[in-house]
Amino acid sequence: MGKFIVKRVINMVPLLVGITFISFLVMSMVPGDFLSNLKMNPSVSPQMIAQMQAQFGLDQPLLVRYGKWLWAVVHLNLGISLTYRVSVLSLIGSRALNTVILSAASMLFAWSLAIPIGIIVAVKQNSIWDRVLSFLAFFGMSVPNFFLAFLMMYLALRTGWFPVGGTYSVFYPQLDLWGKIADRINHLILPVMVLGTAGMASLMRLMRSQILEIKGSDFVRTARAKGLSERAVIYKHVLRNALNPFVTMAGYGLADLLGGAALVEAVMNLQGLGLLLLDAVRSLDVYLVMGSVLMGSVLLLVGNLLADIALVAVDPRVDFSSMESQ
Amino acid sequence: MSVALPRTGVPLEAPPPARQAGLGATLRREWRLASWPVRLSTLCLVAFYILALGSPIIAPYNPTRQYRSLPDCPPMALHLAAPSEWSRGFFYAHPMRMTDAIRRTYAEERGARTWVHLFTRGHIFTTAHGAPPYFLLGSDALGRDLFSRIVYGSRVSMFIGILGVGITFSLGITIGALSGYVGGLLDNLIMRWSEIEMSLPSFYFLLALAAVIPSGMSTVKTFFMIVAIMSFIGWAGFARVIRGMTASVRSVPYVEAARALGASRWRILSRHVIPSVMGYAIVAATLSIPGFILGESALSLLGLGIQEPAASWGNLLAQAEDVHALAHYPWILLPGVFIFLAVMSFNFLGDHLRDRLDPSHLR
Repeated sequence: MGKFIVKRVINMVPLLVGITFISFLVMSMVPGDFLSNLKMNPSVSPQMIAQMQAQFGLDQPLLVRYGKWLWAVVHLNLGISLTYRVSVLSLIGSRALNTVILSAASMLFAWSLAIPIGIIVAVKQNSIWDRVLSFLAFFGMSVPNFFLAFLMMYLALRTGWFPVGGTYSVFYPQLDLWGKIADRINHLILPVMVLGTAGMASLMRLMRSQILEIKGSDFVRTARAKGLSERAVIYKHVLRNALNPFVTMAGYGLADLLGGAALVEAVMNLQGLGLLLLDAVRSLDVYLVMGSVLMGSVLLLVGNLLADIALVAVDPRVDFSSMESQ
Repeated sequence: MSVALPRTGVPLEAPPPARQAGLGATLRREWRLASWPVRLSTLCLVAFYILALGSPIIAPYNPTRQYRSLPDCPPMALHLAAPSEWSRGFFYAHPMRMTDAIRRTYAEERGARTWVHLFTRGHIFTTAHGAPPYFLLGSDALGRDLFSRIVYGSRVSMFIGILGVGITFSLGITIGALSGYVGGLLDNLIMRWSEIEMSLPSFYFLLALAAVIPSGMSTVKTFFMIVAIMSFIGWAGFARVIRGMTASVRSVPYVEAARALGASRWRILSRHVIPSVMGYAIVAATLSIPGFILGESALSLLGLGIQEPAASWGNLLAQAEDVHALAHYPWILLPGVFIFLAVMSFNFLGDHLRDRLDPSHLR
């Protein structure tokens, strides 16, 4: 296992270099740069512009800038945000944590509802519950999460049950530890519901089709023939096998989750990585964009790695050597 | 560059169906086979494409025309006129009068009427010149008719999916089939590149790429830029699946037979390999249209896509980002309903097509 993880981590390096280089290339194609705004400003002297240009290396060729950036990253220095004038790492750290909390909570929400509902629906195939819930799942899969976010905010505005967007309340710093946690959770409820809905719907459909497929297989017939109760057949035989693709899905779903989180963050004004990136893109803050993209990619790759490790743990047919050959 | 194959009695390709039904008959049969959600979805999409193609006729007003005295006006009720008045018109509405200029509240002027004329001045319905406007779905903060803006916005959403899928589809199928069939170094290179693309957090990357679009660009150019960017991100996953299928098709007997008969690589690819993956491709294409619609809406919503004063369902929804507007003028959420309906319809249709064209996933 250790060897597998080391190999995968080493494999990540060229991927990350490729990703960041593409992003760097893209950012260099953007018309104008961060200084264009300052140049328009008559109170900023040309000397100051030139100084900043040299300081941030904006006057050097692309490859040199990329090389310097990469060299700094290896030393855990993600550069300085051009707008905030603080190190990118300090900006990204807390934001990434918020995004991870949001994504993880949404995933938990989606799984904890999708699995039981999927089981019920599959066991009672073609019942009225099956039809209604399967239809609702289609609904949930199709509603755009930014639209759902607006609807939830409208609900919050009308009823006053939930805070309208934001990561925490104004009086957050004055709260004690438990108050802080409660405040954060209170602000998380709506975003988690928004972000979790689509995932829940598609996972439920997957669970349903998995169980239906496995219910017809030979080993289930054998289990029934042994005289096992229907309960034991479903929980001990069917369910255990139906969970495998879920773990794989967890890895694939991460990119969607991160992207969805970015949108929901922007709409509901949550202090996450996505909103930070959006602001950075709007103000052409190159190093902040690069840092956010890098951080997002790392989150994604690490998430995929964790999903693969979990798959080995869950499915005895899969082992690390077969993973590597993929 | 087709190669004449020696005529052996053995058909190399699947024989055409014995009775070639006409298009009308096929459509009728498919309609009978479809469930009611699929039928509704089809109707919904047809309606949306009619909106997109006939925008200037269907929209009652110019989408950029500002009725300065009527900002954030709520949707108006339509009344049927009494038969004695049918010489003047069939429908009328009561004009709205602003009662509070700060909070923008309105009241109907019960005494007055604005006639809604059908099929006049090149519109399906509209009001007379100079008469108070009739806002079917309300107006926005600048007093523009929301319905007209939604109708014009449908052009962006309805065509971005088709165009985007067209590009992704042809890129993915060509690259995937080539990669799977040729194999070797080319395959390796393409697959490593696609791995990089697939490891990108795609939405983050989309945001970063959208920054490249200069803000002064025309709407049409922006539209094509968005399509290009999303296709650039989207082809990799598709190409990988096609590659896998091609690689497995490569060794089946009918391809071996074609090779033994001296068919060229190109002929085998275009006549045997690609048709065999077409069913999957059509399904995947339909199911990926919502992704394009959502991607454009999201970008425009965040202010990185289609820019005002041009309308797209995404940038219309951007008004709801203002919490005050969201609370008091909830009809600005309506463009979102249109996005939702379009996405759901494509999902239903794609699912149905999968059952019809690619039955392998059914037991």
